[in-house]
Amino acid sequence: MKDLYRGSLVRLSASSPEELARHFARWNQDTEFHRLADDRPARLLSEKKIKENVEREQFSKDPRAYRFSICTLAEEKFIGVVGLVPEWAHGDGWLFIFIGDRDYWSKGYGTDAMRLIVQFGFLELNLRRITLALNSYNTRALKTYQKVGFVVEGVQRSDGQREGVRYDGIYMGLLREEWLAQQEAK
Amino acid sequence: MKDILKGSLVRLAAVDHEELAKAYAAWNQDTELTRLMDTRARLHSIKAIKEFFEKETLEPSPASHYFSIRALDDDRLLGDINFDVINSWGSRDAFVGIGIGSRADWGRGYGTDAMNIGLRFVFTELNLRRVTLTVFEYNPRAVRSYEKAGFKLEGRMRGALLKDGTRWDMLYMGILREEWMEKNP
Amino acid sequence: MLGIQTQLFEAQDIRFGPIDHETHPAVESKWTHDAEFMRLYDLKPIRPLSPAMVKKQYEAIEKEMEEDRNLFYFTIRAREDDRLVGKALVEWIDWANGNGFIRLGIGAAEDRRKGYGSQALSMLLRYAFSELNLFRVTAVTPAYNDGAIRLFQKFGFVEEIRRRKAINRDGEFWDLVSFGLLNSEWREQAAA
Repeated sequence: MKDLYRGSLVRLSASSPEELARHFARWNQDTEFHRLADDRPARLLSEKKIKENVEREQFSKDPRAYRFSICTLAEEKFIGVVGLVPEWAHGDGWLFIFIGDRDYWSKGYGTDAMRLIVQFGFLELNLRRITLALNSYNTRALKTYQKVGFVVEGVQRSDGQREGVRYDGIYMGLLREEWLAQQEAK
Repeated sequence: MKDILKGSLVRLAAVDHEELAKAYAAWNQDTELTRLMDTRARLHSIKAIKEFFEKETLEPSPASHYFSIRALDDDRLLGDINFDVINSWGSRDAFVGIGIGSRADWGRGYGTDAMNIGLRFVFTELNLRRVTLTVFEYNPRAVRSYEKAGFKLEGRMRGALLKDGTRWDMLYMGILREEWMEKNP
Repeated sequence: MLGIQTQLFEAQDIRFGPIDHETHPAVESKWTHDAEFMRLYDLKPIRPLSPAMVKKQYEAIEKEMEEDRNLFYFTIRAREDDRLVGKALVEWIDWANGNGFIRLGIGAAEDRRKGYGSQALSMLLRYAFSELNLFRVTAVTPAYNDGAIRLFQKFGFVEEIRRRKAINRDGEFWDLVSFGLLNSEWREQAAA
């Protein structure tokens, strides 16, 4: 049986609400990070409030998401979050990922985390496909997702507006059979 | 898209907790029924039964699918059938429980029809991969009807029941998606 | 000059109305027992509801409208007798970005093919674009819902996304199709 949590640069882990809240509060100050991770207006919540929100989700009776902390293998540093929200009846899963620590952008950490969560979705949750969405100005993410095998399935035109400019929502999907074929090819 | 809740003799409908509670209070008087059915508890007062069903139906857990069984000709309440999904990601399995309440309605095909509608719901709407049930060894009529619906004996929990001074097995039966799909293209 | 006389909730054969907690639960309960309708209207596994369960859902809808303020729910009634024939809503509104999702359904098969859907969609779009001032709206439908697809195309929606084999029903796999309409596109068509 594979170790589904261990990649080449990162591992999937779990973090305490305190640790998550502490990091989220810090990352929220970085507007560029916020605009890459979230469509909603940027706002600054207290660490206390963020911790309550995290606890509510972590301790809920029926958590919808499989949520993991991304930790670097080398320094054991918590750098971001990745997860899947399964739609069981249809076998589809929504993927979400963000790396809050700028020092770890564009260095392969995101790609490694993506590979781990996609593998988890197909080999452990037995999904038939995985869906994700990103904003059209997030060119780095688009490249990463394509590297992992996601295909653009459409564009939600003028989905949002920032700095007076409308941007699109790009939707991508990866089918189980496509992923299996990629694994064979390796 | 098929109307998958209708069969040839019965249809599956929502549970009206007041109506079902009253019906159970009457059916529970028949001890042959209560000893054959996989009942959760020995509930006797209408109030207690009603509270049980109220909780089941008004705040349903996403994994629980509870239906009443109604006759197609006169819409009479005949019984109930329920599926509890037990593993969404791996086995994608559900436990099924079914009961036709009144002795006068037994042996008329209502249970088989209801089970078939239920299996269609499970395999083409919930898209599970298998369904499991337990049945008491001393209920051969039920075992036959489950076999007719396509269930296969998968095991026995030996001596799990003690009734009237005799030990009986609890039988485990199961049906796979592929098996049901083959019989119901 | 602003035309304030426009009746947002009146069309030729139907009108939009609020939820009637006394009489509507029984009607909607019937719709939820029609598996064909539910599979056209909803992607979640079907679940028939008793009137008591529908009542609870109505309460949750009005609570959400009050608290979250990003849902606008309307019942569709026949104008002649105020009978409940369907529902129409704008939901998941992202105010900062000016986008939202629309949904509508005519519950009983005998009430379809009467033009109610077109009239309802027309009113819903006018509400979304002229009253909520959204920049764009999205409508999502499974590929097997030809009726919905034809309706959205008639209103100038553009197919934007096709999530391949995202829906599994009746032992088959179907694409999930997403249509979008911009406020500017809607305005152009209305002017034409």
